[in-house]
Amino acid sequence: MTRHMLSSADLSRTEVLDILATAESMHDLQRREVKKVPTLRGRTVINFFFEDSTRTRSSFEIAGKWMSADTINLSAKGSSTSKGESLRDTAMTIDAMAVDALVIRHNASGACHQVAQWVRCSVINAGDGTHEHPTQALLDAYTLRSRLGDLDGKHVVIVGDLTHSRVFRSNVITLKTLGARVTVVAPPTLMPSGIVGWSATDGFATSWDLDAVLDGEDPVDAVMMLRVQRERMSGGYFPTAREYTVGYGLTRDRLDRLVARNPDVLILHPGPMNRGLEIAAEAADSARSVVLDQVSAGVAVRMAVLYHLLAGNDDAPREPAELETSTTGASAPSAPTQPEGVAR
Amino acid sequence: MTRLLVRGARILGGHPADLLIEDGVIRQVGSLGAAEGVEVMDADGLVALPGLVDLHVHLREPGREDAETIATGSAAAAAGGFTAVFAMANTSPVTDTAEAAERILDLGRASGLVDVVPVGAVTKGLDGAELAELGLMARSRARVRVFSDDGRCVHDARLMRRALEYIKPFGGVISQHAQDPHLADGSACCHEGELSGRLGLPGWPAVAEETIVARDVMLARHTGSRVHVAHVSTAGTVEVVRWAKAQGIDVTAEVTPHHLALTTDLLVGYDPVYKVNPPLRPQEDVEALRAALADGTIDAVATDHAPHARHDKEHTFVDAAFGMLGLETALAVVSDLMVRPGLLDWSDVARVMSTTPARIGGLPDQGRPLQPGSPANITLVDPDREVTVDAAASRSLSRNNPWHGRTLRGAVHATIHRGTVTHSTDTNVMETAS
Ligand SMILES: [Zn+2]
Repeated sequence: MTRHMLSSADLSRTEVLDILATAESMHDLQRREVKKVPTLRGRTVINFFFEDSTRTRSSFEIAGKWMSADTINLSAKGSSTSKGESLRDTAMTIDAMAVDALVIRHNASGACHQVAQWVRCSVINAGDGTHEHPTQALLDAYTLRSRLGDLDGKHVVIVGDLTHSRVFRSNVITLKTLGARVTVVAPPTLMPSGIVGWSATDGFATSWDLDAVLDGEDPVDAVMMLRVQRERMSGGYFPTAREYTVGYGLTRDRLDRLVARNPDVLILHPGPMNRGLEIAAEAADSARSVVLDQVSAGVAVRMAVLYHLLAGNDDAPREPAELETSTTGASAPSAPTQPEGVAR
Repeated sequence: MTRLLVRGARILGGHPADLLIEDGVIRQVGSLGAAEGVEVMDADGLVALPGLVDLHVHLREPGREDAETIATGSAAAAAGGFTAVFAMANTSPVTDTAEAAERILDLGRASGLVDVVPVGAVTKGLDGAELAELGLMARSRARVRVFSDDGRCVHDARLMRRALEYIKPFGGVISQHAQDPHLADGSACCHEGELSGRLGLPGWPAVAEETIVARDVMLARHTGSRVHVAHVSTAGTVEVVRWAKAQGIDVTAEVTPHHLALTTDLLVGYDPVYKVNPPLRPQEDVEALRAALADGTIDAVATDHAPHARHDKEHTFVDAAFGMLGLETALAVVSDLMVRPGLLDWSDVARVMSTTPARIGGLPDQGRPLQPGSPANITLVDPDREVTVDAAASRSLSRNNPWHGRTLRGAVHATIHRGTVTHSTDTNVMETAS
C-alpha cells in the first residue's frame, strides 16, 4: 500500500485482509461505552467534500474523532474553488497547512489522483466522480465476510447503473482480490463502454438478463443493488421507472426466488435507496438485507484505513496495542497483526 | 538589396545544391559560388523544404493574450519551421467580420515572422445559427478562403449545406470540426472505449466524428463544393474520406502530429496535458492515420496548436481546457514517426506540410517548389539531430506541451520567411563572403 488510497487496485489481498482485520478490532471498539482511543492523537485529517455526502463524510469524521485525530470538514460550497481557483491551488493551500491526510470526495473522476501528485500528505479517495470509491468496497467486503466468511468462490451479483457507479468499479476489483466471483447486470445503456474486454481481463461476468442470472446454474450468495439516479431517466438510458423495475429491480418476486434457492443470500445497497425503483421495500427491509450493517461497518473500515495510512509513519510508531488503552478497560480488542513489508 | 546564399542543402532530401536568395525571392539554384557581400548559410547535411504551412492553429489573440499572442505564436511557428499559419476564428471576439480578419492579418504582418492567415467563422459568434459575412471576409484585404467554427461543429445540416453553397463563387472551403454534439457532448473528454469505462470519464465515441464526416462529404457532393475535415482522429473517418475521394467528391483532410503519435492509454494518470479535442485514440486508429497520411487519403498535417494558461489546465480532467501545443514539435514528430520508419520521404513531408496545405488554404506565395522565381519561404531540417523537448524553452506563452521530456530525431535547423531568417538553431551559421 502506498501512502495514498486512491484506487481499490492499490491494495493486495494481504493488505485488504489486514485492513479488514483491523476493522474488526475497530468494530469492537464501536460497541464500547466510551469509544475514543488515542491512536491518531496529534494527527490532522481534512475531509474535503466537493460533493455532498452526509453518509460518507460523517463516517470518515466519526472514524477520525474516535481515534483522537483532529478532523476538519471542508466543503466546496463557499470554498475558493467556487471562486475559480484551480484544483492544484486548492490542494497546495491545504497541504501547506501541514495536515496528515486529505479525504477527498469530488464529482470529477481522477480528482484524487491529480491531487495526490501535488501534495505531501496522504490522500484518501472518498469517491471520485464515476470512477472509484475504495472504502465503500472495503466496507462491502467487510459486511459480506462477517456473514459469509471467506469470500473465495462466493458469487456476488451487482445490478444497476454500472456506467455511473464508482461503487461498482471499486467492488469488482476488491471482490476479485478476495477471490469472489462477480456477475454484473445492467441494461446495455447503463454498461460502461468496453466492458466486454474489461470483464475478460479482470475476470467477471456480464449480463443483460437479471432473471437468467438469479435463476441460473450458479447459485447467488449476495446481490448488490446500485442506486439509479433519477436524472438518468430523462437521459434516454431507459424508457420509464416502471420498465426499469420490471427488468432490473429487486422486486418481491425476485427476492422470494432468491431466498427459496439460498436462504442465506444477502442483499446489499450502498444507499440512499430508491424504494420501489431499484429495490422493493420488502427486499430493503427483509431479514436478508444488510444495508445497515454496511453503514455500521463504514466507520470501522474507515478507522482501519486511517490507522493503516497514518499510524506509525512518524518517529515514534503507534502500535496497535495502543488500542488497548481504552478507558473502559474491558473487552480490549485483539491487536491487529501487521503484515510484513507493507510500505507506508 | 539583401542577398543570402544557402550552401549545400539537399532539396527535398535529394542532391546538395546552393540557393541564392535576393529580396525575398529565390534567384538561382545550383552549384553557385559566393559573390562578394553575400551572406552565406552553411546547410551541409540539411534538408531544404518549402516553408511549412499549418492549416490549423489557435493564437488566442484577441481575448486570451495571457495564453498566446499573434507575436508569440508566430515566434513558436518560426521555431517550428513554419512560414504560414492559419489562425482559427474562435478568439474573443470571434473572427466573423472582414474587420476582425484584417486585424489578425495586420497583427501578423507586424510580428513579421510568418504569414498569419485568418480563418473566418462559418457562423456569427460561432453560435451555429446564422452565417457570418463569408463574402465580405473573402473580399477583405485578408482574402479569407478557409472558414471554420473550429472548437465547435457546424452541426445543423441545412446551415452546413448553405455555407458550402455560398462559398463556391470565391473558392472557399469549410474546415469542419466533426463532432456530433449529441453523441459527444460538452462533458465528453476522452476516447469512448474500455479505458474511459474503467476511468469513469465521459466518452467521446469515434462515431460522433464519423457520422458528421459522412454527412459532410454527401453535402459536398450535393453542392459541388469543398469540405476539409479538420483533425481526423479515427480509422472510420479515414474509411469515409477514402470512399469519398474514390467517388470524386472534393474533400480534403488533415491529421495532427499528436493523433499520429499519442494514444488514449496516456490518460491513466488523468494528466490534463493529454486532454485534447478530438481525444487521443487507441493504437489501431493511430496506425490507420499513419497509413492514410502515407497513402494520401489524408492530405495534410496540421498542428491544432492550442496554447492554454497554466491555470486553465490545472483542474480536474473533466474541467480542464482542451488542447496541446504543437507548432514547435510538429516537424520532429513527423520526422521521427513517419520519415525514420520509411512511411514518408522528405518530398512527401514537403507535400503534406507545405504544398498541399498551401493549396487547400489558397496561398499562392507558399508551398512553392524551391526553384528560381519562387518566394524564399524555406525550412532547413537536420534529419539526424536528436532533440529532447523542454517545455520551459518554448517560444509559446503556454506550457501545455505533451512532448516534454521526450526525445525525437529530426529537428528544424533554420526557417527563412520571404528571404529573412526568422529562426536559426545555430547563430554562427551566418558568415559574409569576402
Ligand atoms: Zn477542432
